[in-house]
Amino acid sequence: MNALISTALSGVVLMFVGLFVRNKQHIKFFAIAAILIAFIANLAQYPAVEHGGYIMYGMIEVTKFGVLFNAVALGATLLYFLLSGSEFEKVGEHVADYFALIFFILAGISLATSFSNLLMLFLAIEIMSIPQYILAGADKKSLKSNEASLKYFLMGSFSTGILLMGITLIYGAAGTFDISGLGLGAESVHPLALCGIILMVFALAFKVSAVPFHFWTPDVYDGSPTVFTSFMSTVVKAGGFVAFLRMFHSSFAGGNISEHWTLILSIITAATLVLGNFSAVFQQSVKRMLAYSSIAQAGFMLFAIVAMNNRGAEGIILYAAAYSIATIGVFAVLMKLKDYTFEGFNGLARKQPLLAGAVAVFLFSLAGIPVTAGFFAKYFVLSAAIEHGHILWLVLIAVLCAAISVYYYFRVIIAMYFKQGEPEVEAVSGGFKAALVLAIALVLVLGLFPNLLLCWL
Amino acid sequence: MLTVLLILIPFIAGLIAFGLKGSGPKVLGMISSLATVVIAIGSWCRFRTAPDSLNFVANWIPQLGSQFHVGLDGMGVMLCLLTAIASLLVFITIYNRNYEKANVFYGLMLLSQAGLTGVFTAFDALQFYIFWELALIPVYFLCSLWGGEKRIAVTFKFFVYTFLGSLLMLIGIIYLYSQTPDHSFSWASFTSMQVNPEDQKWLFWLFFVAFAIKMPVFPFHTWQPDTYEQSPTPVTMILSGVMVKMGLFGVIRWLLPVLPQGAAMWSDVAIVLCIIGIIYASCIAMVQNDLKRLIAYSSIAHIGLMCAAIFANNEQSLQGIMVQMFNHGINIIGLWIIVEVIQNRLGIKNLDQMGGMAQKAPRMAIFLVIISLANIGLPLTNGFIGEFLMFSGLFQYNHWFMAFAGLGIILSAVYTLGMIQKVIFGEGNELTATTTDLQPGETLALSLVVIMIIVLGVYPKPMLDLVSGTSEVVSKLF
Repeated sequence: MNALISTALSGVVLMFVGLFVRNKQHIKFFAIAAILIAFIANLAQYPAVEHGGYIMYGMIEVTKFGVLFNAVALGATLLYFLLSGSEFEKVGEHVADYFALIFFILAGISLATSFSNLLMLFLAIEIMSIPQYILAGADKKSLKSNEASLKYFLMGSFSTGILLMGITLIYGAAGTFDISGLGLGAESVHPLALCGIILMVFALAFKVSAVPFHFWTPDVYDGSPTVFTSFMSTVVKAGGFVAFLRMFHSSFAGGNISEHWTLILSIITAATLVLGNFSAVFQQSVKRMLAYSSIAQAGFMLFAIVAMNNRGAEGIILYAAAYSIATIGVFAVLMKLKDYTFEGFNGLARKQPLLAGAVAVFLFSLAGIPVTAGFFAKYFVLSAAIEHGHILWLVLIAVLCAAISVYYYFRVIIAMYFKQGEPEVEAVSGGFKAALVLAIALVLVLGLFPNLLLCWL
Repeated sequence: MLTVLLILIPFIAGLIAFGLKGSGPKVLGMISSLATVVIAIGSWCRFRTAPDSLNFVANWIPQLGSQFHVGLDGMGVMLCLLTAIASLLVFITIYNRNYEKANVFYGLMLLSQAGLTGVFTAFDALQFYIFWELALIPVYFLCSLWGGEKRIAVTFKFFVYTFLGSLLMLIGIIYLYSQTPDHSFSWASFTSMQVNPEDQKWLFWLFFVAFAIKMPVFPFHTWQPDTYEQSPTPVTMILSGVMVKMGLFGVIRWLLPVLPQGAAMWSDVAIVLCIIGIIYASCIAMVQNDLKRLIAYSSIAHIGLMCAAIFANNEQSLQGIMVQMFNHGINIIGLWIIVEVIQNRLGIKNLDQMGGMAQKAPRMAIFLVIISLANIGLPLTNGFIGEFLMFSGLFQYNHWFMAFAGLGIILSAVYTLGMIQKVIFGEGNELTATTTDLQPGETLALSLVVIMIIVLGVYPKPMLDLVSGTSEVVSKLF
């Protein structure tokens, strides 16, 4: 609740700050301060919900899980501001507006972690999506950015429509919007509700770019300004997953209802893993590779939803943290380079050892090598699936895909460390380096002691 | 506490080495490896008097039931000693070489030593898995940075191969974990639970493939000859002397006791694979012109025999394989030291361009002959006792298997003696005429190897006593 209020307020205030403050550096500092306040305010609510949720008018239920996830999302955004905040001004004039839009997205995410009513779910998804359409088109003079924005908007509107239809059908079957009172787990499942659930699976799969609803992803991520791609493919995507998990966990889990969607979601997961990984192998641009890798990583996060147990819930928090930190870090370094192809990284280790080392650690984490956060993230989602018991085939596919993912992540490492070249790198400030070191430390600490995060759950 | 030191010393030394300049890393590497040898010998002594004191347990991730639990049994002491000796030998041999970016080279070497020791001491499955992966990363960088021309593609294949194998093992570990009554990763609860035989059937392969890739056993061996050939020789020493033992160790520690019925069900298949590997690799070794590849294939054959002996599942063969793990490690490192010397002097590794080196480098020739004879298991060398025990164990299991595996011994004599002949005897040429004999460091390293070969060949009892406890325990569980 605190997170929702503070981020929404910060967004509004930032829009006005843009009118009065001309210095872009000051705007950035203001945004960082605002996110810090939101982070602390969110944590301050933790003691109140530690022993049970806090319900507001039947619309919002703040839980421990929600607060913890907000903390991850806000923390990742803080890191993102520290690393890439100064890139905002390269996109266009309206820096304060971009920051404001990001705060609105965060407000959407904190709603997505705490809705207890289908209408609130719809609102959360929309609040998360609409600012993204604008951010995708922020580089107004670039044709690709415009294309990305339009494509995202059209596809996003469709999926929103599908989500609404799903909600309507479920309402028709259950007679209520309250997610805990839907009562769909009874012996027989109403056909209307079944259709509704399937439609919701499709709509949410679109939001988290699962195959076959992923077609917008590579183009949008590639066309949008890189600095916003970094945010959209990490924190926002994780937010989508939390909405997905919360919806299915509270309404569609247990009883015989989960049988109806487990298989379809398993197939979506398998397709996402296979297609995401295989396509990433053939990319020439690191930015596009990261777009496909985000699809592939979404496949791993979907495990948590398919398995639908406590391990999965722990897994998605850890996965969101590990994946967001690593991807934000790689993007931050990528933006310092002139050339986004793999060759652009040639010889980076010699010229900028810290940058190269950071990218190597982040990529290790994405590939799931031990002692990085990514290992435990993968560990938790895989063990969630193994505990579920009936989807071992999916686990085997995932493992093969993880081995493939090593191929494209290591291409960057090979380029940086084992190839000769003179990469063109922008000058990096001391603050950037400090933030990078902080991110490395986070990845390693979570990789050694994941319980530091999970003990709060 | 001694056990923790065995991991910590090379780890910290490795981190420090990254920051040193000039000959600092060299000296540090030498000090650290000497210290680990001393501690490994100390833990051997401690093992005879108070084996329990070598255990160290600390809380790690209580939510998961995973602990940081290191400990040593007889096999662990033996392998830690081998790891420490191997790195000492490597550092002595290359003391006079000057590597580009020596600080990184030595740092990575020391880190890989720490990872390997971690694998051999882990008594917690999750921790075992993590060290298993960690040992790989420094080696990957070492091979890719200092290797031959095709190093990048070759080491990448090596990495992906082993990574895939270990992920399969991870699934197995998680599955077993979810079956344990107390939700724990500890070795004790893994071995004490009764896994359903139907599950053991497929779980066996998840573990076996991971270990078989590492050893390597036919048909999972394709990464090995390329990697040995392309890696810088000091790294090859670690790879073939110590790292392949990870696979054998894994089978003995984590496969046989945990999935005894699965192993019994598939042991014939595994042994047949090993025997195919022995004969196949020996035949290729006979026609090999590249010195490094020849030794690589000979290593596949020797490892194949060891793996077959594990699945013969009796106390004798297990004792044989454990002794042989140590001795094979020493012998093959000796061979690689000589390869390193030859490559350093001649700059080539083709056998048809060598010859007549006995005249120019008599000391090297003597060492080569002794080590090669030990490698084919001549009596009174250290290779004999292990092979004898393994064959007698295999004989008890099945006569035919032993007969076919025995072919490997004959073939190994053929290619090893052929190699000796081509390298040191025969006509010399312009290139070999420029050879110089061993330098003091190399002589020292090779003398240490030869001393161990002869001492353990004449009096193998201490080594047998050391591992007899482990082989008893494992063969009873099996």
